Amino acid sequence: MRRGLLTAALAAGLGFATLGSAQAVEIQYWQYLYPSRVKAMDQLIENFEKANPDITVKQVTFPYANYQTRLVAAKAAGQGPDVLQLFYGWLDNFVGGQLIQPLPSEDFPAKEIESDFFPIVTAMKRDGKYYGLPTAVRSLALFYNKKLFKEAGLDPNKPPQTLDALVDAAKKTAKHDSSGNLTTEGMTIDMGGQDHQWWREVLVRQFGGQPYTDGDRKVAYDDQAGLKALQYYIDFDTKYHVGKPGFMDEAQAAFRGGKAAMTIDGTFRLGSFADIKSFDWAVTELPANADGTRSNYASYFANAIGSGVQGEKLEASKKFLKYVSSPEAMKIWLKVVGELPARKDVALTQENLNDPILSPFIKALKYAHTTMFVDEEAQRQVAIDMVNRILLENQDPKASLDQAAKAEQQIIDRQTGK
Amino acid sequence: MSVAAEPRRNDHARSGARGLSLHAKRVVWAWSFLAVPIAFYVVVRFYPTVQAFWLSLTNWNLMRPAQFIGFENYTRMASDPLFWKVFENTFLYLIIGTPVSLLLSFLIAYFLDRVHFLHGLLRALYFLPFLTTAAAMAWVWRWLYQPVPIGVINSVLSSIGIPQQPFIQSPSQALYAILATAIWAGMGFQIIIFMAGLRAIPTTYYEAARIDGLGEFAILRKITLPLLKPTTVFLVVFSSIGFLRIFDQVYNMTTNDPGGPLNSTKPLVLMIYQSAFSSYDMGYAAAQTVVLFVILLIVSLCQLWIMRTR
Repeated sequence: MRRGLLTAALAAGLGFATLGSAQAVEIQYWQYLYPSRVKAMDQLIENFEKANPDITVKQVTFPYANYQTRLVAAKAAGQGPDVLQLFYGWLDNFVGGQLIQPLPSEDFPAKEIESDFFPIVTAMKRDGKYYGLPTAVRSLALFYNKKLFKEAGLDPNKPPQTLDALVDAAKKTAKHDSSGNLTTEGMTIDMGGQDHQWWREVLVRQFGGQPYTDGDRKVAYDDQAGLKALQYYIDFDTKYHVGKPGFMDEAQAAFRGGKAAMTIDGTFRLGSFADIKSFDWAVTELPANADGTRSNYASYFANAIGSGVQGEKLEASKKFLKYVSSPEAMKIWLKVVGELPARKDVALTQENLNDPILSPFIKALKYAHTTMFVDEEAQRQVAIDMVNRILLENQDPKASLDQAAKAEQQIIDRQTGK
Repeated sequence: MSVAAEPRRNDHARSGARGLSLHAKRVVWAWSFLAVPIAFYVVVRFYPTVQAFWLSLTNWNLMRPAQFIGFENYTRMASDPLFWKVFENTFLYLIIGTPVSLLLSFLIAYFLDRVHFLHGLLRALYFLPFLTTAAAMAWVWRWLYQPVPIGVINSVLSSIGIPQQPFIQSPSQALYAILATAIWAGMGFQIIIFMAGLRAIPTTYYEAARIDGLGEFAILRKITLPLLKPTTVFLVVFSSIGFLRIFDQVYNMTTNDPGGPLNSTKPLVLMIYQSAFSSYDMGYAAAQTVVLFVILLIVSLCQLWIMRTR
């Protein structure tokens, strides 16, 4: 009797257990710790789980500084995430390290991706296969201080639209004290901020060159166009004295403090500039060159599927990835994080294009470029040093440009194993 | 020693019956207590150290499995101008930082020891920077060093007609500007240790010297400094290691251009950090770590030998 009961109970237990595992799949989602991103993801997970009651998603976050190290350690221990976030520039490393797997082409057809998303999405493609999809993208724009524009007698609703107009406005808005020290910058000069992107992907192209060739594996800015772009950039300091590296420590601090009339920064800065109380500011597209050519630098974090994921977890991961790159998810992300939708039809709505702050960033996505960095920090350092050698050590710009190109080529060659 | 030897002889006869002698039991007890910290140290300290030596001979970049490449990382380092620049910077921090900080803190301790008015408050004020987080302090100094309109030091300079100084924005001044804050930050600790050392010298020596008619300077040279030697040795070794490993001051004062401008302030530890955690060039970073280890070892051994008690 007792034995019979026990067997029955055991059988029932087993039954529930198997039933349970068939019913609920748990997958892990990893991203780096940033409060608004985590909050947005929590909302997406909640919606997703409501629509897919058989799947639970667990969000795991790590500080940005050791996010990559954690991923590698987890992979070595066989406990990696099912779906994870990665910067587009990490893709080669992640593919090489077998951290992620290509998205199944039947579920994520390349053709569809390329017609729906902005062209920068191709940075996630290797050998015809996509390895991840972004929810949101970022681009650059020119931020300007309306109060300083008015004080300088400029129309605060007509920000500069060309490179020459930018110089003019910078000259008019800059202020100096009696000994000639700069007290308000017309235009910030800060290669450590976003200027290295502006110089590389925008100015070099606008002066007729291209930053790299051969899929960004060959440095190409060490020519006349690159030199002109560099000269244009350093003239803000050496010729016009309207901007200075290190002024108020960094560009965004100078702008925030009302001590810079113009600065170039990204969508990710909108949140921190939103609480500026002492003056009105606005945003405009990065200025065009004399021929009307515009360019921009865009970047993004994409979501990808971990390399070892298979079976029902893979099915669940595919569903989740589809949801986080859906129009609905992008709208939520825009509202919570403030980053631009990666799909054209979600971004280019009349409402967004009428938004005075979002529209300059969104318009830029149509003509923006991404740089295929191998080591963004080291490559940024090359640009910082290039300008510092000229401004601090009076090196000839041409020599400094050549030295920079050589140094960057070395970094690229080393990382790509040449 | 002899106490321990005594019971051993007595126990020897009984050891057959009880299994272990009292001495052996003590040893077993001692080792079983020591086993925990030793195991911890072996796993957390020694194993990674040995591993770092091995890694320095590989091309591990976090993503691909480590491949043995012999001494390639070391030859690369020898031909890397950045490494030699960083090497020079590290030694500048050491050979300027250690003597200057010790001299200043000795002078302050020597005179503070004689001040009785507000002694406690003054001592606390000198010690205060040591209690402050290095990052917070570095950021405050970073702002103090800024050009006008926000830099306090430069505002004072220009108000009295001296031209602005670029400080941390200049390749020739930045290292000294950062070193000054690092010296200031560590001085509280050194002053306290020097004062403890000064207090430990018996006052009878001074009384005897004064009765014999020795002047203050002679007392300092013949009594205070020789008797302070153990304290000085400790502080020299301690602060040398500190300056050789300088990182947080530099990193926090130059975050926009770490170790800049133009690598003029970059110490070895910052280069290791960047190689490892921004370029993920783990093998190269490990090789740099080995070099730092060897330098620390040599410097410490040399100092102990030079300042040994004869």
